[in-house]
Amino acid sequence: MNATVAEQKRAKTGSERYRAGVLKYAQMGYWQPDYVPAATDVLALFRITPQEGVEPEEAAAAVAGESSTATWTVVWTDRLTACERYRAKAYRVDPVPGSPGQYFAYIAYDLDLFEPGSIANLTASIIGNVFGFKPLKALRLEDMRFPSAYVKTFSGPPTGIVVERERLDKFGRPLLGATIKPKLGLSGRNYGRVVYEALKGGLDFTKDDENINSQPFMHWRDRFLFCMEAVNRAQAASGEVKGHYLNVTAGTLEDMYERAEFARDLGSVIVMIDLVIGYTAIQSMSRWARRNDMILHLHRAGHGTYTRQKSHGVSFRVISKWMRLAGVDHIHAGTVVGKLEGDPNSVQGFYNVLREPHNPVDLQRGLFFEQDWAGLHGVLPVASGGIHAGQMHQLLHYLGEDTILQFGGGTIGHPMGIAAGATANRVALEAMVLARNEGRDIWNEGPQILAAAARECTPLRAALDVWGEVTFNYASTDTPDFVPTPQVA
Amino acid sequence: MNAVTDTSPSEGPEHSAPAPLDLERAYRESQVGQVLDSLERDLVGLAPVKRRIRDIAALLLIDKLRGTLGLSAGAPALHMSFTGNPGTGKTTVAMRMAEILHRLGYVRKGHLVAVTRDDLVGQYIGHTAPKTREVLKRAMGGVLFIDEAYYLYRPENERDYGQEAIEILLQVMENQREDLVVIFAGYKQRMDTFFHSNPGLSSRVAHHIDFPDYSSDELLAIAHLMLEQLHYRLSADADAALRAYIELRRDQPHFANARSIRNALDRARLRQASRLFERRGAPITREDLETIETADIRASRVFAEEGAHEH
Amino acid sequence: MRITQGTFSFLPELTDAQIRKQLEYSLANGWAVSIEYTDDPHPRNTYWEMFGMPMFDIRDAAGIMGEIASCRKIFPRHYIKVNAFDATRGRESLRLSFLVNRPPQEPGFALVREEGPGRAVRYTTRAYACERPEGERY
Repeated sequence: MNATVAEQKRAKTGSERYRAGVLKYAQMGYWQPDYVPAATDVLALFRITPQEGVEPEEAAAAVAGESSTATWTVVWTDRLTACERYRAKAYRVDPVPGSPGQYFAYIAYDLDLFEPGSIANLTASIIGNVFGFKPLKALRLEDMRFPSAYVKTFSGPPTGIVVERERLDKFGRPLLGATIKPKLGLSGRNYGRVVYEALKGGLDFTKDDENINSQPFMHWRDRFLFCMEAVNRAQAASGEVKGHYLNVTAGTLEDMYERAEFARDLGSVIVMIDLVIGYTAIQSMSRWARRNDMILHLHRAGHGTYTRQKSHGVSFRVISKWMRLAGVDHIHAGTVVGKLEGDPNSVQGFYNVLREPHNPVDLQRGLFFEQDWAGLHGVLPVASGGIHAGQMHQLLHYLGEDTILQFGGGTIGHPMGIAAGATANRVALEAMVLARNEGRDIWNEGPQILAAAARECTPLRAALDVWGEVTFNYASTDTPDFVPTPQVA
Repeated sequence: MNAVTDTSPSEGPEHSAPAPLDLERAYRESQVGQVLDSLERDLVGLAPVKRRIRDIAALLLIDKLRGTLGLSAGAPALHMSFTGNPGTGKTTVAMRMAEILHRLGYVRKGHLVAVTRDDLVGQYIGHTAPKTREVLKRAMGGVLFIDEAYYLYRPENERDYGQEAIEILLQVMENQREDLVVIFAGYKQRMDTFFHSNPGLSSRVAHHIDFPDYSSDELLAIAHLMLEQLHYRLSADADAALRAYIELRRDQPHFANARSIRNALDRARLRQASRLFERRGAPITREDLETIETADIRASRVFAEEGAHEH
Repeated sequence: MRITQGTFSFLPELTDAQIRKQLEYSLANGWAVSIEYTDDPHPRNTYWEMFGMPMFDIRDAAGIMGEIASCRKIFPRHYIKVNAFDATRGRESLRLSFLVNRPPQEPGFALVREEGPGRAVRYTTRAYACERPEGERY
C-alpha cells in the first residue's frame, strides 16, 4: 500500500477533520481498524461489492457513515454533538472466500443511535439510505448482533413456542398445517369445506394464503365465519384443539384491528399477517396479539425480492432476527427439501436464530455473531412449499421437532380426498417421530419406516405412490460462504 | 497347530464338529475383566470376597454362553446378602457388583440405589407401600442395596410397617428378576437372625458373601491409599504412629474398619492445618503442605486414653 | 369416533414394548415421566387427574411400566396418558405426551351453537360421556 492510500484510510483529527469540503469516509473516522466493539454495541455485517477503484476499507467506512451520522460533505454541526461516539465504526474488512471483489465489512453502532423497541427506527438507519449508495455496486446485510440491552426493549413473540404447545396441548412432534388451495377464487362456503376436511383428517392448522384478504369472490367476514364453523366441527370430531390462520392483512391498520377482533370473538386461537404490511404494523399487531392471547402467524410475503440474491439485499437470517424482536409466533423460514429457495445450512441458520435461546457463532450456517436472546420467546418456524409425506424423514432430520410442516398441495391434491391427504401426513409424521425416539436411523431407514406405516394406512400408501419420488433439486442461490454446500438428493 | 487349521476343502461344514464356543471372546466382549481387575487393584485385602465375586461372574458368564446353545437353567437367582462389620467395603463392592451385572447384561442400567429402613417404611397406615414402590422404581434396571436390612423386621411389634415393605420387596424380587437385583447388607449375626425369621426372603437370596474385618496391615495400606488420593503423605514417624493408632483403636468401641481410618485421617488433616497456621510467618514449603507429621497423629484422643490407662 | 389427542394417536395403539421405548427415550433425555387419567376428554381439559407424582430420578422404564399397569388396572375404561417433562430453562414444559389407554367406546362430542347477531356463532364442545357423573362415564 503506498503512502497516499494509507493516508486516505487514516482518520483525520482536530481542525483538519472539520475543514469545509469533501473527505474520504475513512478520513472522517468511519474506518477504525483498532476499534474493539463494546458489549452494548449493535453490530452489523455487510457484504460489500465496491465499484472499481474504491478501496474496500473506504467502501466499508462509507457504509458505516451512510447508515449512521454522515452526509457527503463535512458539516461543522458535527462538533455540537458527541460525534465520535455516534459515528458508526467499520472495524474489520475480510475478503469473501471464493468471491473476488466482495468483502465482509463489520460495523459497530452505539446503542444510543436507536430508539428502543422500534424495528422501523433500526431499519431506517441500517438499511435506510445506504443500499442505493453509488460507490458500491452491490450491498447485502448478512447478519446483525443485538446486545441484551437492546433486545430487552422488545417484547418479542406474544405467545412463544412453549406456550403455544401448552395452549394447543400438542407435544413431541412438529405441528401440521396446510394452505387452502386454490389460493384465490373459492367462495367462503367452499373454502370452509377444505378447512373442515383437512383439520378433521388430522392437521393441526389450516392457513389462508398471503393474498387472501377481502376480495369480490370472498368477503373477509364470510371467510372468518365459515372457517370457524369448520374449525369447531373438526375440533368436536377429533377431540383436539384446531386452528385456522385467519389472515387479517388489510389496507389500513384500523381494518386489521377490526378483522383481528372479529376472529378473536369467534373463538379463533390464531390470526395471521403478511410481511408486506410493514414493520410498524407488525409490531402493532404483536401488541394486539399479546393483549388478546392470540397466536400471531407471519407469512413472509415479499421477502424474496431482497433476500435471495447473495450480492445485494438483506439476508433472511436478519429478517428472522428482526421478526423475533418485533414479536411474531410463526414465520415461514424454508423447507430445505421443498420447491422454494433454501440451502440446508442457511435454513438451519434461520431456524436456530428463530428458536434457540442463544446462538453461538456458526459460520457454516451463516451466523457471524454470537447472539443472546435474553429470555425472548422463540418463534416457531414454518416449512411450507412443495413438501410431501414421502420427505418426512428428511424434514424431521433437517428441521427438528419445533416447526410447523405445511403440506398444501400434499394434502389437498391427495387422490382419495383432502381428509385422506391430511391423515397420510399425520400418520407419516407420527410414525417417523416414534421411530426416531426408538433410536432408529431415520435418515437412512426413512423410506422403509414410511412403507411400514403405509401398510396400516391406505391414504399414506396412496400419497407415497403419487409423490414418493418428487424432488426439487436445484442449486441454491443463497448459500453460506464458508463450506462447500451439499444439496439434498 | 497346523493340523487344526489345515482342513481339506472336501470337508463340508455339515461334517465338521460343532464350532467350539469362544469363552475368551465372550469374556473380552463383556469387558467384565476390567471391573474384576480394578476390584483387585483398588480394594485392599478382602481376598475371600474377591474370590466369591469372581466365582459369581464366572457362573453368570457361563450361564450366558449356555443360553446361546439353549441350555438355559432359567434366569439365575442374583439377589445377594453382604454381611460384615461396618467399614468392611460392602457398599463399595456392591457398586462394583452392579457394574459387573450390567456388563454381563443381567441388569439394564447398572446403577446402585442405597437405602435403609427409613427410605422404605412409612410412619402411618398406607404410607409404606408408596415409599417402597418409589424406591423400587428408582432402582429398576440396577441394584437396590438395603443397608442394615434387619431393621425392616421388628418381631417385638407385630403391627410394624416393615413387614409390608418386606412383602412388596419379595414380590418384586420374585416377579421382576430381570428388572432389578437386591443386596441385603448388615452385621453377620443380625442378618442370620433376620433371614431365619423371614424364610421367604432367605430362599430368594442366592449368594451370601461375608466381609471379614481388615487386618492392621490392611488398614494401614488403606490409609496410604486414601492419603495418596488426597495428595498427602505420612512422615516416617507418622507412619509408625498411625500403626500404633490402629492397634489401639481397633480394640475400642465403635470401631468401623476403613471408615474409622478415614475419620482419623480427616482429623489428622485438621491438626496439620492448625499446626501450619500457628507458625505462619515462617516460610512454608510444598513438602510441609503434603506431610502429615507424627504430632498430627499422636494428638488423638486414642493415645490420651492409652496414657490414662497407664497412670 | 376416536379421540386423537397425544403424540401418537394416529398410529395403531402402541404395544407395551413400544411404550417402553418411548419411556427409555424420555429417561435418556433426563425428562420426568408422569401418568394422568381422566373420563372428561374435552380438548381443553388441561388438568387430568395425576396418578401419583411425576417420577423424577428414575433410571429404567420398568418402574414406570409398573405404574402404567396399575393405573390401567384401576381405571380400565378411562383415558390414560403418559407425559415427559423437560425442566431445562426455556422449555420447562412437556416434551412428549401420548395416550396409553382409552375407553372401549368413545361417543365423542356434541357441538353446541349459540346464534348471535350478524351471523356470529358461539361454539361449545360438550362430551356426550359427560352427561353422566364422573366415574360413570365409560
